[in-house]
Amino acid sequence: MDQKFSKIDIITSSSKFDELKEALNAIGISGMTVSNVLGCGMQKGHKEFYRGLALDINLLPKIKVEVVVCDIPVDLVVEIAKKVLHTGKMGDGKIFVYDVKNIIRISNGAEGRDALRYDK
Amino acid sequence: MNAVNAADTSFIIFATTLVMLMTPGLALFYGGMVRRKNVLSITVHSYAAMAIVSIQWVLIGYTLCFGKDFAGFIGNFQFIGLRGVGFLPNANYAATIPQSVFMLFQLMFAIITPAIISGAIAERMKFLAFSVFILLWSIIVYDPIAHWVWGAGGWLRNLGVLDFAGGYVVEISSGISALVAALVIGKRKKLKTITPHNIPMTMIGAGILWFGWFGFNAGSALTINGVALNAFITTNTAAAAGIIAWSTCEVVARKKVTSLGIASGMVAGLVAITPGAGFVSPMASILIGGIAGALCFLSVTVVKQRFGYDDSLDAFGCHGIGGIWGAIATGIFASKAINSAGTNGLIYGNIKLVGSQLIAIVSTIAYSAIMTFIILKVISKFMSLRVTSEEEMDGLDVSLHGEEAYGGIDI
Repeated sequence: MDQKFSKIDIITSSSKFDELKEALNAIGISGMTVSNVLGCGMQKGHKEFYRGLALDINLLPKIKVEVVVCDIPVDLVVEIAKKVLHTGKMGDGKIFVYDVKNIIRISNGAEGRDALRYDK
Repeated sequence: MNAVNAADTSFIIFATTLVMLMTPGLALFYGGMVRRKNVLSITVHSYAAMAIVSIQWVLIGYTLCFGKDFAGFIGNFQFIGLRGVGFLPNANYAATIPQSVFMLFQLMFAIITPAIISGAIAERMKFLAFSVFILLWSIIVYDPIAHWVWGAGGWLRNLGVLDFAGGYVVEISSGISALVAALVIGKRKKLKTITPHNIPMTMIGAGILWFGWFGFNAGSALTINGVALNAFITTNTAAAAGIIAWSTCEVVARKKVTSLGIASGMVAGLVAITPGAGFVSPMASILIGGIAGALCFLSVTVVKQRFGYDDSLDAFGCHGIGGIWGAIATGIFASKAINSAGTNGLIYGNIKLVGSQLIAIVSTIAYSAIMTFIILKVISKFMSLRVTSEEEMDGLDVSLHGEEAYGGIDI
């Protein structure tokens, strides 16, 4: 089969997650994996104080949203994510795009494009 | 030794510590219900109340509540700076315990009342603004109302209003003020997706509140007698009835009994029995707690959704509504046979008591609402009440307090 599957990782601040999820649902993506992560990049973090001792905290809480698409164009997903999450400041996050070799649905053994579909 | 009774004094000292523990208990109760990123901010609201009101009380709070009456409205400065408050009992209030013990016991009530209000403005109010609010509210709202209801010469006390342990002074005043504060400050963003982050913490807080409430209610007898023990029994019974009623409503509405529902029903029952604990019978307390459980359930699940106000942790839904019902119920079920210092209620043929209770309810609501609104508006002229949008999204613990409650990953 010559189906092309792509995985899109979106790492961003958790405050925009609900908007992102709704926007992805709106273009037909209902399945995703979301995790709490800590990360750093250009954003410097913030200062915390423990009994007068100041600490520089450089790892900030972010969320990572992972989706895999087949029929839906990768460019569309990336555009939607950029539109929802963009503020222009550091801390907006990053998007990574990967190739996926195969997809298997455990409950009925479907593979490939069928494993992604939620046909009734 | 004058008339000081050692047993009564030990009892009230113990009751004081029980009520003191209720404020940290409240912090835990509320803490579990907010999001992870805001748990410290709601916790410090309660501890700020402990710090601020403790000082305010010994300076002017005690005397404003219990000093010599002026116009039925407020106490004078007779006891300013605890002048004259010592081992000698104050026969107006508690003839068998030192006045200093009475003063300390009452302090614990003054502390927890503004702390209750923190539940309505959780996750979005500036800490400095809330701290100033605690101070002003204690002076302008708590102290006068406490004087009206409990002070010698207070106009509601003179009217024959019955409030055993703080139905008006604590529950209705804080509940109504909470609602006003929630409306003035506005709703949290993304209300629909907020869930409690640590329900076990809330359950620990709930258990501590039930435990401490024995001091709150039974201790309000200020002596060891049948009335105190009656209050002990009705307190426990109303809590239990509140749980069963709320849980029954949950089963009917959602087919499942939740732990959070149990904690809430418990609080509803305890709040409702507070004004009447030493005046009503244990059998009446079953009804009082049960109806409170059902009423507060409706208030929190139906009324709040219908009107859309964000009383985040149901300070109004449980304390306001529960307190109002409890005050009316006291007017219905109060019995002179249980407490000869009280009056008979409606079921014994006396309609006057319900009338006085209603007058007290209406005046407490009106005064609390108006003054809370004014206080908040005045504070807002000097500083912002609400955090910025970014602070709200990042979380108040980090934004306002520079602290993370649970730390990151171990590196």
